[in-house]
Parts: sequence; structure tokens; C-alpha cells
Amino acid sequence: MKNLISMRDLSKQEILHLMEVAAKIEAGDIVPEMKRKVAALLFFEPSTRTMFSFDTAMKRMNGQTIIMSGTQNTSAKKGESFADTLQTIAQYSDIIIMRSPVEGSARLASEIVDVPVVNAGDGANQHPTQALLDLYSIIKTQGKLENLKIGLAGDLRFGRTVHSLAQAIAKFGAEFKFISPKFLQMPQYIKDDLSEQNIKFQEFVEMDGNIDDLDILYVTRIQKERFADPEDYEKVKGSYILEKSMLSNVKDNLKVLHPLPRVDEISTDVDDTEYAYYFPQAKNGVYTREAIIHILLGGE
Amino acid sequence: MSVKQIKVNAIKNGTVIDHITAGRVLKVIDILNINDNNSVMIGMNLNSRKIGKKDIVKIENRELSEQEANSIALISPNVTLIIIKDFEVTKKVELQMPDSIEKLIVCPNSKCITNSDEVTSKFKIDSISKTVRCHYCEKKYSLEELKIKI
Ligand SMILES: [Zn+2]
Repeated sequence: MKNLISMRDLSKQEILHLMEVAAKIEAGDIVPEMKRKVAALLFFEPSTRTMFSFDTAMKRMNGQTIIMSGTQNTSAKKGESFADTLQTIAQYSDIIIMRSPVEGSARLASEIVDVPVVNAGDGANQHPTQALLDLYSIIKTQGKLENLKIGLAGDLRFGRTVHSLAQAIAKFGAEFKFISPKFLQMPQYIKDDLSEQNIKFQEFVEMDGNIDDLDILYVTRIQKERFADPEDYEKVKGSYILEKSMLSNVKDNLKVLHPLPRVDEISTDVDDTEYAYYFPQAKNGVYTREAIIHILLGGE
Repeated sequence: MSVKQIKVNAIKNGTVIDHITAGRVLKVIDILNINDNNSVMIGMNLNSRKIGKKDIVKIENRELSEQEANSIALISPNVTLIIIKDFEVTKKVELQMPDSIEKLIVCPNSKCITNSDEVTSKFKIDSISKTVRCHYCEKKYSLEELKIKI
């Protein structure tokens, strides 16, 4: 693995290897040493959480970070080309971690520079480290990735996270329940991809009553702005809020995941239940990102 | 000069591209980037036993390689490439859809880097499903919805 740009580039074997390394790092069986190594965090679009997670990962390994965040710092305004900016940053750093609203920019970056590039999100396209930390959270709580029953709820149309996760876990065989308002359903091209792989899925418009047979319930936020009429939003939003009362008949091993930040789609009374896993999931992100950086910089 | 005449006009040396889907010949010429020194004859809406109606183009004094011509398959399937030398057909092949294509296609995704930066567009082609996938933004499109860059 030279770069991490897209989940589409990863084989099942590479994914499992990465999970294994993340687990070893978490357990302290691998202690990566990044002294004198510098990671450049180029965030052409702000994302505090993802940036902190990478920053933490690098620092836990005794590495350093240089950070460019927001659009005001980009050289674009000075007329420097994207290629020149990257070439220059590559002289200072051992690895480039990049987020941008422009789709395909991480792939292009990886073709320009010699140091490894990690895609930390490129518009609506890919966010592979999120998908990998989600997989890590799943394998850690379920003991496997194969043949799980997975519910994806909320905005399934615009949610890059749920797209990547669905495609990634489909490689291991899975059964899906898609729970969303009609106009925020999973896009047809993802459903086609799944059908081609003989992956079963069903679609629902209500969370309540449709989660009892799940191993994983992955909740995402529905943004009010997606609705043309704010009243329509008020009408449906209740159907996609997870309440503690809905959890009375669920499976013991159910874990509720959420990419965070949460607004109100998971009621806070769920937090104390054994099913809530969204905060540990964020912590898993650090181990997963350590593993990614470790492997890309030549670790086993 | 009537279409009928063009159809039968032979060329001494050059390339004939036959069985072009009717109505697409001008796009084919755009793709081929034919320079001003070559005489080009086109025929449109000719009767064809093979495909019903067809377009045809004859380019004098230029020998196209299969590689150069393969991208025509993107906009017109079952095209035949014929090389003429001294009025004789020296080569006749059906063009194959290439595996990938650079430059020629504009990515329909406005958020794609190829539309905002100085980057050569690059697509992988799936000839079975007749779809292409952008190498950069990874979006998949059917061949029908693509714009050819000129
Ligand atoms: Zn594109």
C-alpha cells in the first residue's frame, strides 16, 4: 500500500491486515515510533474532528504535524498551482493527509508527490479512513465482518460515510436495512453495486420496529437544509431519532454507531445503554489512523 | 457532389472509417483531430446492409492506427477501420472499445478535479455495461451521457 485514496483500491486482505495492525496498536503489541517524522495535514475544507483524530494519532506515535486548515491559508490566492503547493509541502513532510471539497483531489495529489498521501475526505467521493474506523469498530464489537445484519439510518442519499461503509462491508457479505425518508434513500448506483454482489437489502421509512434483528445500527444526521419545505422536515424527523425505548427488544450484541457530530438523531438517554458505541468509535478512529500511517510509512 | 458520388469515390492512399452510427460522423472527425492537409470526404445516412443507416468518412493520405481510432468506438460501436494503399485494401479491422481513455471526455461531475484544475481527464471503460468511471472522482457514467471534448 503506497497511498490510501479510495476504499475501491483495497482488497479484503488489505482491509483485514489493517484491522489487525490497529488492534495490535490498541493492545500495545505494536508501538510505532515516528520520532523525527512529520505529517502534513492539509485541510482545504475544515473538519475539526478528522483533523484532531489524525493529529492525535501522529502524536501518540511521537511524530510531529504541520497543519494547514481552512481555505484562507491556501496558496491558491497567490496564484500558486495545486501541484506546486503539494510539491513544496512534500519537501517538509513524510506523509500528506489531505481533505478537500474537490472530488479526486487526493488521487491527483498522490500522482504529484512521492510521499504517501492519505485521503481524509474528497467532497462527496471517498473518506476511506472513516470507512476503515467503522469497520474496525464493527469487527471489534462483533468479532467478525462476515455476514452481519446492518441497519443504515438517516440521510442515505448524500451521506458519503454510509456509501463507503455499505460498499466496504459488502465485500464481506452482509444483509442491509436502509432506513430513510423516501427522497433520501440509498442511491440507485450503490443498490446496483450491492445487487451485483448478491447482497440483500430492504428499505424502510421508520426506525422504530425495524431494528430488532440488527447487529449494527449506523445512524447519520438528516440535515434540515435538504428539505425544500422546513415543515416536511418537522413531519418526518421523529421517524429517524433513536430513542432508548426503541431498544427494548434488540439483540444483545447490537451496537449503535454514528460518525459524529450528533445533533438530536440519537437521544442522549441512549448514551448510558450497553448499545451506545459512538464515542468508543471515535477513539477507534485514532488506532485505525495510527495503523494507516504506520503501514504507509513502511511498518509491517 | 452528391452523397452517392462520395460513397463510391475511391481514395488512393489513406483511411476509410465505415459503419459509423448515422449522425455521428462529425463527432468522429472531431475525435480524430484531422489536420488541414488531409482531404476528408464524408457520407451521411447511407444505406447499410449491416447497420441500416450509416455514416462514412474517408481521409486521404493519412494512415490511422487502431490505437488512434479506437476511441471512436466510444461514440459509435461496430465501426470498421480500412487502410488503403494504392487503391488496395491492405487492412480491415473492426474497432474495439479501448480499456481506458484520456483527454477526450469531460467529466460530467462539476465537483471533479478535472473540471477545476489543469488535469488530463482519465476514464476506465467497461465495454460490457457500456459505462465509464472517472479515474479521479470515481463517478460512473453511461457512454450516452458523456460529452466529448474537442
Ligand atoms: Zn470526475
